[in-house]
Amino acid sequence: MAAATAAASSEEAVKAAKVLMVGAGGIGCELLKTLALSGFSDIHIIDLDTIEVSNLNRQFLFRQSHVGQSKAKVARDAVLKFRPNINITPYHANVKDSNFNVDFFKQFNVVLNGLDNLDARRHVNRLCLAAEVPLVESGTTGFLGQVTVHVKGKTECYECQPKPVPKSYPVCTITSTPSKFVHCIVWAKDLLFAKLFGDKNQGNDLNVHSKDDSSSKTDVFERSVDEDLEQYAQRIYDHVFGYNIEVALDNKETWKNRRKPNPIYIKDALPEDAVQQNGRSRDHMNEEQDPSAMVSLGLRNSQEIWSLAENSRVFLEALKLFFEKREKEIGSLIFDKDDQLAVEFVTAAANIRASSFGIPLHSLFEAKGVAGNIVHAVATTNAIIAGLIVIEAIKVLKGDYQDYRMTYCLEHPARKMLLMPVEPFEPSKSCYVCSETPVVLEVNTKTTKLREVIEKVIKSKLGMNLPLIMVGATLVFEDGEDLEEDEIANYALNLEKVLAELPAPVLNGTTLTVEDFHQELKCSINIKHRDEFDEEKEPDGMVLAGWSGPVDKQITSNGENRSVPSSSNTEDVDGTAEDISAKPGMKRKLNEILEAKENFDALENPSDVGSSSAQVVEDDDDDELVMFDEDPRQSKKKRLQ
Amino acid sequence: MDGGGAGAGVGGSEGELTAQETALYDRQIRVWGVDAQKRLSKSHVLVCGMNGTTIEFCKNIVLAGVGSLSLMDDHVVTEDDLNANFLIPPDESIYGGRSRAEVCCESLVDFNPMVRVSVEKGDPSLIDGEFLDKFDIVVLSRASLKTKLFINENCRKRSKHIAFYTIDCKDSCGEIFVDLQKHSYVQKKPGGSTEQQELTYPSLQEAISVPWSNLPKKTSKLYFAMRVLEDYELSEGRSPGETTLSDIHAVLARRKDMCDKMSLNESRIPTTLVERLLAAGKKEHPPVCAILGGILGQEVIKSISCKGDPVKNFFYFDVADGKGVIEDIPPPPAN
Ligand SMILES: [Zn+2]
Repeated sequence: MAAATAAASSEEAVKAAKVLMVGAGGIGCELLKTLALSGFSDIHIIDLDTIEVSNLNRQFLFRQSHVGQSKAKVARDAVLKFRPNINITPYHANVKDSNFNVDFFKQFNVVLNGLDNLDARRHVNRLCLAAEVPLVESGTTGFLGQVTVHVKGKTECYECQPKPVPKSYPVCTITSTPSKFVHCIVWAKDLLFAKLFGDKNQGNDLNVHSKDDSSSKTDVFERSVDEDLEQYAQRIYDHVFGYNIEVALDNKETWKNRRKPNPIYIKDALPEDAVQQNGRSRDHMNEEQDPSAMVSLGLRNSQEIWSLAENSRVFLEALKLFFEKREKEIGSLIFDKDDQLAVEFVTAAANIRASSFGIPLHSLFEAKGVAGNIVHAVATTNAIIAGLIVIEAIKVLKGDYQDYRMTYCLEHPARKMLLMPVEPFEPSKSCYVCSETPVVLEVNTKTTKLREVIEKVIKSKLGMNLPLIMVGATLVFEDGEDLEEDEIANYALNLEKVLAELPAPVLNGTTLTVEDFHQELKCSINIKHRDEFDEEKEPDGMVLAGWSGPVDKQITSNGENRSVPSSSNTEDVDGTAEDISAKPGMKRKLNEILEAKENFDALENPSDVGSSSAQVVEDDDDDELVMFDEDPRQSKKKRLQ
Repeated sequence: MDGGGAGAGVGGSEGELTAQETALYDRQIRVWGVDAQKRLSKSHVLVCGMNGTTIEFCKNIVLAGVGSLSLMDDHVVTEDDLNANFLIPPDESIYGGRSRAEVCCESLVDFNPMVRVSVEKGDPSLIDGEFLDKFDIVVLSRASLKTKLFINENCRKRSKHIAFYTIDCKDSCGEIFVDLQKHSYVQKKPGGSTEQQELTYPSLQEAISVPWSNLPKKTSKLYFAMRVLEDYELSEGRSPGETTLSDIHAVLARRKDMCDKMSLNESRIPTTLVERLLAAGKKEHPPVCAILGGILGQEVIKSISCKGDPVKNFFYFDVADGKGVIEDIPPPPAN
């Protein structure tokens, strides 16, 4: 598929190429422009998104007047203005749609990714492998970025290295022992907000301690018909920030080695007259505006950190506004980072909880970043990365596979370099995606339902969309549209069965075959039975061997710290920069470090904007790259392999 | 002849960003902070020489939200200018008879309504000192060595601090030069703490006067090759990019002279590299423009915000090895 002959000149190869771009966002806009200027004349572009105001600072093909329109289509029109004679085919669609199948991918000479999520990246990786089309993959966060080349059989695939899966926190950290602001945000957003305004039928781990648990069976979060709204709001406040903390304090064991939280009641947080006056200025609020606690309380600056009293006022006011102005939505609300009132409520609730636990408070701007998992982004890095993608794409088209490079764009120079090329790796023999190596799943086969394995492992970790599961020759589950009714009923039954009791029992030593026809991916899972799992460290109740790779552990154990190559200690130990590519160990770890950063930055580091606190150094003993945690209290060396 | 737009305040009243700015710049404020954003919105940038590389830079800083951007380039647009330029629509009825600065300005204005983009008519080689006081940042591209040195010296003579940059793309290769004179900034330390730092930069004249034998062994070969070419063009009275492959023998002779004079082994400036630079002429490779314009954009943002380690004082990119390298070329020894 790729380049016909290695001898073809760049111009010819470019002119003849048919390329697929996935993503018309930050990197996508830059990439489409650079491709068009470089002479590419047949470009297909897929993007599901529509344009938002916060895109306009870097997605330069879009203007205010385009807000709400398809990114792929507007990007096409903008580029045709300066290159009217090329073909750009836009698709306002999800790349995971079934019409973008292997045959669709086969028509392209190269696929270029400018995506913002792991899920879609993995999906495109699998289709590229199945269609045997080279993939140039990219990502940026702030001033950091990377471009990698994936060609079946020649270089590693995007998934040869385990990718950190989206972070999840042990339930008890969130409900009882938060130690970081992000824990308070997760509590405020996923538990409290969901409990008060979301679907009442959804399971919720919010600790609910009823005052007199024997007599009253009513839900404390329920507002009785005649209850005054102000009283209700204060009652909720006292319950979640005061009473619940007191109850938690009773569990002495928990606080043996931890700082005890302070219960906070509304009468302590707000002087009495202020409680009465809360929200008085609301008369001035414009009826046309979306309700906002900040507006009605006269708070203007989202960058400033509110006091406990201000947070308490915002909490009460936001809660009341939901009931007064948006009552119809209560019961079906889902947190959305673009919902101002929801962000105000979550910020205030997280900050009050943070006060209880002695965790530093944050501004609404910062809290929004954490809660919305907002990725830091600037135009310059995207432009640089897009340039590097085009350079690699041209090599791929010419078939110059010896020249393929993975390139890292760094914030702090390492070995004098801001742009660091590294030789790509060979495909990993133990990759379940591009080789046929089975994965091993440790699980309690007597207590774990098939449903849990599908959700927690096959869909979320192995990234399959429509899996089909076989035990030996017995089909135990299938997902898809054209199933018979009796099949559906049968599979629904199997979902609720524990593994050992499936029609073909899954026990220690059993091999499951899992297949996704859309992705043309087939994979074997060897089952290893285990009775017990550590609730803190293995919250899923099962472990996919080799899955939760070193990156994940690094970040988890080292939460607040970033993992960024930094110049300060990266002295030239042994001379020239070329040596980097001669050290497989180093290459591998750099990759992981950058991957880790890309995926966890926004979540882990709301306040520490743009800084780096972990660094890469060379160990004297060997060529291993180790990371030091700068915090002396936990200054353990962590080896990355 | 319009002013650089000094005082074209776009921020909210004293200090705070407006709600509109906060919404538009949300993602980048998360990278460099509110203070940097405020400083950006008060800064004035002059770009002399409009080409594929400088328009990339202009796009980046207009999106980032500088206070004002002034463009200087009186050359009438020709078909050659369209190659790497996404600001000029390929329609003679639009660009015909108009200057590069005018046509580029017209497109750039749309990129961010909060930034004032304007045209400065005139010849960069005649810019006087007082005129420069309107700007915080001056960027020069495809200028002769004479003009570069002239403007750099003029920037240094002003009592106001004016950061000076040159940026040039020669097909698959590129060079950026930075002179921040004395620059104090906040450096982030591992662990999250910050430290005040001060750097002192040599002028362009000082930097290119360093005897080559004084430079570290690993100094980029592009640094030397660009000096040879620059020296040749200066002595022959050529405009940048006018030297071509037909001049190869004369340029190689110049290489020998310079290497002999400064005791550098000629092999440090490979003939193939010199050939590539000559073959490039004025050609720009769009991906390289994007990379150079991105790096320069980042550098200018660092310099304005006084945050982050700036490049001191040359940056090179070459598609051939894919490296983006910083070279710290010191001033010549005092004696
Ligand atoms: Zn693989």
